Amino acid sequence: MLADTLTGGFSDPAVQSAHAFRAVMEAMARPGTVQDIAGAEPPAPLSKAAGAVLLTLCDTDTPVYLAGAADCEEVRAWLAFHTGAPLVGPSHCMFAVGSWAELGPLSRYPIGTSEYPDRSATLIVETAQIAQSGATLKGPGIKDTAALSLPELAAFQDNQRHFPLGLDFFFTCENQVAALPRSTEVF
Amino acid sequence: MSEAAYNFAYLDEQTKRMIRRAILKGLAVPGYQVPFASREMPMPYGWGTGGVQVSAAVLTPDDRFKVIDQGADDTTNAVSIRSFFERTAGVDTTTKTAEASVIQTRHRIPEEPLTEDQILVYQVPIPEPLRFLEPRESETRKMHSLEEYGLMHVKLYEDISRHGHIATSYAYPVKVEGRYVMDPSPIPKFDNPKLGDMAAIQLFGAGREQRIYALPPYTQVVSLDFEDHPFEASKADHACALCGAEHSYLDEVIVDDSGKRMFVCSDTDFCESRRAAGHVGEQAA
Repeated sequence: MLADTLTGGFSDPAVQSAHAFRAVMEAMARPGTVQDIAGAEPPAPLSKAAGAVLLTLCDTDTPVYLAGAADCEEVRAWLAFHTGAPLVGPSHCMFAVGSWAELGPLSRYPIGTSEYPDRSATLIVETAQIAQSGATLKGPGIKDTAALSLPELAAFQDNQRHFPLGLDFFFTCENQVAALPRSTEVF
Repeated sequence: MSEAAYNFAYLDEQTKRMIRRAILKGLAVPGYQVPFASREMPMPYGWGTGGVQVSAAVLTPDDRFKVIDQGADDTTNAVSIRSFFERTAGVDTTTKTAEASVIQTRHRIPEEPLTEDQILVYQVPIPEPLRFLEPRESETRKMHSLEEYGLMHVKLYEDISRHGHIATSYAYPVKVEGRYVMDPSPIPKFDNPKLGDMAAIQLFGAGREQRIYALPPYTQVVSLDFEDHPFEASKADHACALCGAEHSYLDEVIVDDSGKRMFVCSDTDFCESRRAAGHVGEQAA
């Protein structure tokens, strides 16, 4: 177990996190696109993509909430060793990771304040697959419309209505990541 | 050429993560100025410390980097920032707009349309469009939260009452996705129409003022105006003296002591590639 904890991080952190961030940024800037992301080998049940997003964005400054099955000894130890991120409940987190069913209800997460809409949580949603079909997306970053497989519609429509407040989402699956910022209209 | 003693792209990893988180928030809330813990850089404030920090956070070793200063690749600011990243990040650099994957700019948008594979990083001196109207940060923050932008329209109206037209010619305020009023950095208003619906990602970094903001691709960006005084992207009413271009932004250059002047493209790469393609202006040597 100790060996698993110490391995699986970026072997060349500066370069690998730079590449991983570009994937994350392209995903957030162009909702509905699916990006490849690599470099992390986190313990189960985390996907490689979720591990890479956590390694790229989290450190001692970012409280993380592990939801449901992600909240296990292996993941706690791995995240502590590689990022040092403090583990907290959903109401105080900057990042949360877990399956869609385990992350809810969304009302538990900070959505920012009208003067500081950036003080909101980002949810990393582990999904079985990401497809560019299903819900129709419209908004900044999308030329006309885009499509993305979402676990449901109502929660994201409700989230968008709070704009500029709200949550931002990453969807992770194996080595792929997609994103849905609060600015995107979903229907 | 890379300086091995420094981390890749100069900044430490924790700083880059902090900047990267701010960039993502900026992309999620287009036009909103995200506070970030700007670092001291090995160059003075006002020389692009914000843009440099944003570039450092987005660059990968595979990128090809271009820097322009008022459109030119060969001025002090552009040359020194380009060599800074050649040394600390080991990235390839270029002066050709089409070949660059990351372009850091001081106060211009290249004439050549950018593509989806490019990122444009702006150096921003004063990110707050309302700052000269209301000096208190606590108040401008409240005005943004309440979408209270009447003061900005009063300022534009006063321009009209005093000069007969909107005299603001650079740093012309825009409204992003019908929500946030944003300072596009001191680009000439000639460049404002290029801000909206751009294929590239646009990132804005203000180092001294500690703010990062962003425009995702294909974002709606509208220059503020009035129905009876619509926004007009103006430029000097001449053609480039070197390449003959009639639709590029021009710099006025005084060429002798008697005040003789010429107008040349401010985008040096655009002008050079036009001349290489055989276009000739009236004063081309």
